[in-house]
Amino acid sequence: MAYSDKVIDHYSNPRNVGTLDKSKANVGTGLVGAPECGDVMRLQIEVDENQVITDAKFKTFGCGSAIASSSLATEWLKGKTVDEALSIDNMEIVEELALPPVKIHCSVLAEDAIKAAINDYRVKNGLEPLVEAKSHH
Amino acid sequence: MLKFPIYLDNNATTPMDPRVLEAMLPYFTNHFGNAASRNHPFGWAAEEAVDYAREQIAALINCNPKELIFTSGATESDNLAIKGVFEMYASKGNHIITATTEHKAVLDTCKHIEKLGGQVTYLQVNSEGLINLEELEAAITDKTILISIMYGNNEVGVIQPIKEIGRIAKKHGVLFFTDGTQAVGKIPVDVEADGIDLMAFSGHKMYGPKGVGALYVRRKNPRVKVTAQMDGGGHERGMRSGTLNVPGIVGLGKAAEICRTDMESDTARIKAMRDRLENELLQIEESYLNGSKEHRLPHVSNISFKYVEGEGLMMGVKDIAVSSGSACTSASLEPSYVLKALGLNDDLAHSSLRFGLSRFTTEEEVDFAISHVKEAVAKLRELSPLWEMFKEGIDLNTVEWTEH
Repeated sequence: MAYSDKVIDHYSNPRNVGTLDKSKANVGTGLVGAPECGDVMRLQIEVDENQVITDAKFKTFGCGSAIASSSLATEWLKGKTVDEALSIDNMEIVEELALPPVKIHCSVLAEDAIKAAINDYRVKNGLEPLVEAKSHH
Repeated sequence: MLKFPIYLDNNATTPMDPRVLEAMLPYFTNHFGNAASRNHPFGWAAEEAVDYAREQIAALINCNPKELIFTSGATESDNLAIKGVFEMYASKGNHIITATTEHKAVLDTCKHIEKLGGQVTYLQVNSEGLINLEELEAAITDKTILISIMYGNNEVGVIQPIKEIGRIAKKHGVLFFTDGTQAVGKIPVDVEADGIDLMAFSGHKMYGPKGVGALYVRRKNPRVKVTAQMDGGGHERGMRSGTLNVPGIVGLGKAAEICRTDMESDTARIKAMRDRLENELLQIEESYLNGSKEHRLPHVSNISFKYVEGEGLMMGVKDIAVSSGSACTSASLEPSYVLKALGLNDDLAHSSLRFGLSRFTTEEEVDFAISHVKEAVAKLRELSPLWEMFKEGIDLNTVEWTEH
């Protein structure tokens, strides 16, 4: 299967790889997927007092499309408010990266990772957790 | 000078040897006759070429040239052997014994047999990929007509105890069929010494052309017959109708001859390169060899690089062509059933690469592959949350993963 140029670019030069201090109150961490399914994403956001995401980092175990999806997600997250970040839809990732149908689950996982990170941040700061992240099988 | 990408997927298919191509070419043009045309020189030339190929192949596996049925490849040979025996020996019984690590061409044919009312026993393998001979013998009943166990495995290269299986089959009066696709031409295969009654193999796994293969069918002690699976002109002693693929058969014959004459030197060289590649790659932390180290084809190495996903890794090693036990591209997301049968956890099965060397592989290519894979694994581990957790001493089995 041939990968799109954008997937190859993100895979070859992943943006925002790394780790934020998860013990900090303004850092939200989302860890989604499972090793036995062949992909695990960890996505972290750092949020300032104005609810703006000032930094985002990821690490992903998975195929090229999974790595690209999470790399792209961190790019999109930076500078957005938490509420804006919640509106990122997996199909936008599919379109941007031109993912084929068999790789759509990679984009779903990235969306789940965003929601999980935001949830973690909310819970840490005494807010209600969001209702169920978009589920997939 | 290295040419990229470097081909290290020789268990999928091998490049054709130029000597094979040369032998085939006249049979596309000048000698185009139908080998079944008995009444003119065009037919005679074709038939002569086919007979010669039969001798070349017979010499490789130590059989009588008359015991070879030409087919379109190993998948057809597997089908013909299993379905053909099932039909032919229906009055004797309906039970077949095979193993869980067989090729799909065997497993799916066995599933088909089950739909037809046959009974199939699927033997488990141990962590090395080997079947248990006592279990095999215990599985034999008075209804058992066939044991179907492959010679060498296509994913991990594990060689089954063929001689012992042959002996058990003979002792119980059961036929023994082996899929020899990965073994024939690579290691000495002798149907007499091994006690094989039927054997499938293919041209394109041994530097011959695609679209041609053969089924060895024993003619003496015992005389084995299979029911044809295609009706027609009664070619190949009535067991496989259809005009013979003369150029392909000539190619298969030449490929077999080269494998026989060059086997000793080829194998020694290929094995030395394989061992070097393997030893170097196993020096990578948390990398594991899959399948028996000892009972293995000389040109294959299947290694899992833990905490790195196989498909992502393949993308990272784009300058070499290999295959992975990860099946992330398939709808099922299921990793290799062969690796799982060896008892690998899904995460290790997802992390595997298969390297397959050939007589055309060079030392420079192996050197490049070693450093290329090492770099890619290191790069992807930098990206891997699992690697980070492992390095922090977190037991991944205690982590609560989200189902998906």
